Amino acid sequence: MLASPHQQGAQHGCRRAVITRAYRHDLNGSHLEPGAPQLEVDRVSLTFGGVRALDDVSLDVVQGEIHAIIGPNGAGKTSLLNCISGLYRPDGGRIILHGGDADHSLARARPSRIARWGVARSFQNIELFRHLSVLDNLLLGRHVHMRHRLLPSLWYWGSARRQEIAQRDLVEEVIDLLEIQAHRHKPVGSLAYGIQKRVELGRALAMQPAVLLLDEPMAGMNVEEKEDMARYVLDVNELAGVTVVLIEHDMEVVMDISRRVSVLDFGLLIASGPPDAVRQDEKVLEAYLGQEHTA
Amino acid sequence: MAATATGIYHRSYRSELALRHTQAEYARLTLAAAVVVAVPFVATPYWQTVANQIGIAVVGAIGLNILTGYTGQISLGQGGFLAVGAYTSAILVERLGAPTLVGVVAAILMTAAVGAFFGLPALRLKGLYLAIATLASQFIILYAVRNWEFVTGGVQALVVGTPTLFGFELNTDFRWYWVILACAAAATVAGTNLFRTGLGRAFMAIRDQDIAAEAVGVNTVTYKVLAFAVSSGFVGLAGALTAHWTTIVTWERFTLDVSILYLAMIIVGGLGSVSGSIYGAVFMIVVPAWITQVAQDLRGQLSFLARELPAIQLGVFGLIIILFLIFEPRGLARIWHRMKDYVRLWPFRY
Ligand SMILES: Nc1ncnc2c1ncn2[C@@H]1O[C@H](COP(=O)(O)OP(=O)(O)OP(=O)(O)O)[C@@H](O)[C@H]1O
Ligand SMILES: [Mg+2]
Repeated sequence: MLASPHQQGAQHGCRRAVITRAYRHDLNGSHLEPGAPQLEVDRVSLTFGGVRALDDVSLDVVQGEIHAIIGPNGAGKTSLLNCISGLYRPDGGRIILHGGDADHSLARARPSRIARWGVARSFQNIELFRHLSVLDNLLLGRHVHMRHRLLPSLWYWGSARRQEIAQRDLVEEVIDLLEIQAHRHKPVGSLAYGIQKRVELGRALAMQPAVLLLDEPMAGMNVEEKEDMARYVLDVNELAGVTVVLIEHDMEVVMDISRRVSVLDFGLLIASGPPDAVRQDEKVLEAYLGQEHTA
Repeated sequence: MAATATGIYHRSYRSELALRHTQAEYARLTLAAAVVVAVPFVATPYWQTVANQIGIAVVGAIGLNILTGYTGQISLGQGGFLAVGAYTSAILVERLGAPTLVGVVAAILMTAAVGAFFGLPALRLKGLYLAIATLASQFIILYAVRNWEFVTGGVQALVVGTPTLFGFELNTDFRWYWVILACAAAATVAGTNLFRTGLGRAFMAIRDQDIAAEAVGVNTVTYKVLAFAVSSGFVGLAGALTAHWTTIVTWERFTLDVSILYLAMIIVGGLGSVSGSIYGAVFMIVVPAWITQVAQDLRGQLSFLARELPAIQLGVFGLIIILFLIFEPRGLARIWHRMKDYVRLWPFRY
């Protein structure tokens, strides 16, 4: 079998007092101190024909936190994530990603550029590379950290081979964290839904992101799988220190694991704050009750 | 596929990443090498020519598979790109007196550039629409070849002298066989390596899910154009080899049927598989050659058969492609995998 990455990792881990688990690689790509503003969404609007999917939405995501975005179906949650990761171009507003040395304006930048700046994401309907193995999917998460030169790739000599082996190391760490060792070499298209969701989280995590955007990572899972997934997300946040923006419908999970909750309804941000405050908020109750009445 | 991987444990990533692990794999490779070396010593002149055609087709099919099978960008411009390679090298060597090697390298680069240019529609178009856009490139290139008489000689054939390599004049099929074999082997190794590295992985990511590819940081614009360029580079080599081996370059060799023949090779052999490109090239060259031979043997008794030969060949081709698309879209490569697993696991079938 492969040597466990943790055997050598233990000595490194000792120096970092807060964590219980030894990491060889820092999965957090942010250079900011915990508590510093990481991502700033400023008066973002987006329309589709007559539909206002986002209406002057502003929110701040803080480094090191889990920030949940909730709201009824069609509220604009996915649209907001798509604006942040560059898949949609907002009609107005700014989205700023704070970096160690430079700030990046995300609105209207190319998605691949945004990924390079440190924004990783998962999708509501799993979007994996179906025919590729779990390993290859995770290695694609390393794309921006690798150099891709044609001739060394064709020869597979020197730098190209060394790089493949070096990147494999970090990917194995993610595989261990998410407990998908048994599936390493299988094509992801053949895996169970719950495992695919985990692989998608892994692919985003392998990017060593500054901000991790998760679009309903627990949707369609049974209670047990949900608990597992919630634990992985917590692990990623607490142990690895990765900032997470989480869209989720399950209120219990949201209230449990997030530090801050923002509520969207018909494209409007109707509340934002700590879970307990948001739970009591008039407008939020109304939005959810209203939905129950009409449903 | 899974079955061949079980029961093997690796002590390092490096050994796991090696292409071959078991003795059976080395044995098969040795056997294949022995057959390939033996071919020119036992083949009749007719089959010697066929063997050379196969070698060139292998290079071209791997090139097309990089684009269509691995990156998911269908191309009907293969014939045109082969023409670019053939004419570039022929013109440089024959008209400007460049050494053959320089001509061939220039053909690779030139075809890569032309391929990248005609790949630009892929940034906007997918599937059938892209097929039609690449079809246009096929016609544009051939139109240019036929009408740019001052450079290409137009519809007149361009005659190329036989080159010399390491003091050998390449004037027989037997000598050419080794040159073509070396090129086919190099293309195979390069193609295989490409998809062991991050670059090839980015190509496959675009094929499987282009939005997710962007989201992990693959610039799909750059990489699609790059896929066209790399693929066309291989095709340019195949074109240049055709030019110098046949010593006559005419536009009729690069028509739309050639594009379709190459697509058939990679569909029958296996999309997204380097070995599949080889099986497909062998199959699609050998079958018509064999039909031709049979028809010639029967010429005395069944003259109508010889007359209808082109129609029969087309019919057989169409039938084969349809059968593969229906019954084994992953081609001969997949069938070969299954056979290996079957033998390995026998008598435990499940
Ligand atoms: N690509 C698109 N084209 C047209 N309309 C869109 C598009 N994407 C989103 N919308 C519309 O924008 C609104 C918000 O959709 P969005 O997917 O962001 O909601 P959501 O909060 O993620 O909902 P859910 O909980 O169902 O995932 C909806 O009315 C939807 O129909
Ligand atoms: Mg959604």
